[in-house]
Amino acid sequence: MKLLIRGGRVIDPATKTDEVMDLLIEDGTIIARGKALTEMADQVIDAQGKWVTPGLIDVHVHLREPGYEYKETIHTGSKAAVMGGYTTICCMPNTDPVVDNEIMVEYIKMKAAREGYCHVLPIGAITKGQEGKELANIGRMVKAGACGISEDGKSVMDAGLLKTAMKYSKMFDIPVMSHCEDKSLVGGGVMNAGTQAQLLGLKGISNDSEEVIIARDILLARATGARLHLCHVSTKGGIALIEDAKRHGQEVSAEITPHHFTLCDRDVLDYDANTKMNPPLRSMDDVLALRQALKDDVVNIIATDHAPHSEDEKNCEYERAPFGIVGLETAFALGNTVLVQGGWLTPMQLIAKMSTNPARLIHLDKGSLEVGKTADISIFDPEAEVVVCAADFASKGHNTPFDGWKVQGKVCYTIVDGQIRMAEGVIQE
Amino acid sequence: MLQRKDVLGLRDMTREEILEILTVAQEMKKRIDHPELRTSELHHTSIVTLFYENSTRTKTSFALAGKYLGATVQDLGISTSSVNKGESLIDTGKTLDQMGVEIMIMRNSYTGAPHVLARNVNAHVINAGDGSNEHPTQALLDLYTILEYKKHFEGLKVAIIGDISHSRVARSNVFGLQKLGAEVVLAGPSTLLGSAQLLGVKTTSDIREAVKDADIVMGLRIQFERQKTTNFPGIGEYRDLFGINQEVLSYAKKDVLVMHPGPVNRGVELSGDVIDGQNSVINIQVKNGVAVRMAILKLLAKGGEA
Repeated sequence: MKLLIRGGRVIDPATKTDEVMDLLIEDGTIIARGKALTEMADQVIDAQGKWVTPGLIDVHVHLREPGYEYKETIHTGSKAAVMGGYTTICCMPNTDPVVDNEIMVEYIKMKAAREGYCHVLPIGAITKGQEGKELANIGRMVKAGACGISEDGKSVMDAGLLKTAMKYSKMFDIPVMSHCEDKSLVGGGVMNAGTQAQLLGLKGISNDSEEVIIARDILLARATGARLHLCHVSTKGGIALIEDAKRHGQEVSAEITPHHFTLCDRDVLDYDANTKMNPPLRSMDDVLALRQALKDDVVNIIATDHAPHSEDEKNCEYERAPFGIVGLETAFALGNTVLVQGGWLTPMQLIAKMSTNPARLIHLDKGSLEVGKTADISIFDPEAEVVVCAADFASKGHNTPFDGWKVQGKVCYTIVDGQIRMAEGVIQE
Repeated sequence: MLQRKDVLGLRDMTREEILEILTVAQEMKKRIDHPELRTSELHHTSIVTLFYENSTRTKTSFALAGKYLGATVQDLGISTSSVNKGESLIDTGKTLDQMGVEIMIMRNSYTGAPHVLARNVNAHVINAGDGSNEHPTQALLDLYTILEYKKHFEGLKVAIIGDISHSRVARSNVFGLQKLGAEVVLAGPSTLLGSAQLLGVKTTSDIREAVKDADIVMGLRIQFERQKTTNFPGIGEYRDLFGINQEVLSYAKKDVLVMHPGPVNRGVELSGDVIDGQNSVINIQVKNGVAVRMAILKLLAKGGEA
């Protein structure tokens, strides 16, 4: 079975390629690429005017399974992923039970192999039960297939324990993915501290609550040599800390979410909990710093922090609603509209941050369209106008502040291991 | 007539709407002292009070306001209702909608809870205090009291002193007084001022500076129940640094009005002689509260489109 993708604009950051050409795929592998390939194929996709890119990779999603299947499952979450052009997603361990041992890692991989639409890589917890007291079975989890460790949802507040975890993680060459938040500074905050919070009478979350942990973790990574990855950086001060570390020759990886580079705290209106997430939507000053950091390649990864919740959980008092919004099905369009159309990134930079760089973070042999590589490929129409419709999401979570938004950029095809899993908005079973 | 479904706060109310309520309240006040003037014009109106936080004066004030207008007023005892069984706010609201309730008066510890209720029910919703956000009827009765004594708002200096960051009363008063042209100064310990300066008012921790030449001095209750962490060393230190006594009050204008939303921590925010002194209108505020709430109930029941 041969699949030919004809005439698309091939954007491949791994080989620094950006030109119109064809791709030929056989048995799940890219076997040829070049201008006007003449080989016979069983199926041909006409990609004229479209972007042909390595499949998107998201290093930060919440699939909620096991424990919270009413919010999302591996089945529905991976379906949402391929709808959004993602071919690999990494799921955070804050499920119930927590992914803190090899059996849980095996369980997620098994469910994903059976019911998933794309590659699913589990991220293991740093401490048992994410309780911040003793180390989780990090080595065994990595052996079972965990691609990194994270306490996402909170920080390991015991600096000594985190330092030990960082030292320990080096044996396995995995990233330590830090959620940066000092709860004692957050208090009961539910949105960004600032004028908008003051107007709405909501308690604020200050930038320093995030930055003190970013600073701490950078110092601990410097001391231990661990591979630090900072999750969902949202503040200008956080970016400055990363820049400073890089000036000192320290490798620090970081991610920014589409909602943090798109919206600011003034978009929090009328107590609609679909604008409630952690970290919160920051000031416009922070948003501009995030866009600049992406442009300057200070931050090299865009991740969604896809966090589905049920309708009832979000349609309630703002302070009672859980933090988090879904992101898999809107990420590409927001990146294309805000960052590429907005003049911040080149198409090549956008794809690098959504595929090639995430692959490098977790040492995954993906994110490239070189001949011989696995055929994980996405095809986008960057010009198509799309109206976001939350009710139509494949995800169980419809909790998005972008419902009804007009954006540019449509996901046309998602190809996983050479198999078309989504074509023109339709899932291929 | 007031053309709105709900009264949720003064932040989104216009100057004209505020003045209309104050005007109608003037007429209502006569009915408190003269029972023979009380009519039953709202005798077809069904009102429910839902108080998720304790309150005696606000709840009673609303209940009497409704009854003086002839309405049916029922309290949903939260501690004995399905809310205690875990019923959501929206479900409770929809249930009351089905029972034919026209006006729901709610107090809730969550900011924005009345807004969530309002967009999920057909009934009018009146905010009787939400979290640290707004307490519009308290501010309206404060405005009414100020107008009654001072006859105008423009150019007045209003000093609000105490636990600013937890005070929905202060916030609603700021929104209202700004719209009516008064100057507001907020004063209190730096740890209890929050970021109130972002509302566009002056803030200070020097209470004498705040009180200097003030036309109105309003004390606020220290809300021990809303403080999760220690924001000042103790009541004794608070009284010494921020308590309003005759000495502090001497910085204000001679005809200063002393106000307090109650209940007062006697001898903490205000000294006893200030509470009972000749400048104090704290008891008048209580009466005006009934008048203002009557006005709001009447305007909503007659005007709004619920």
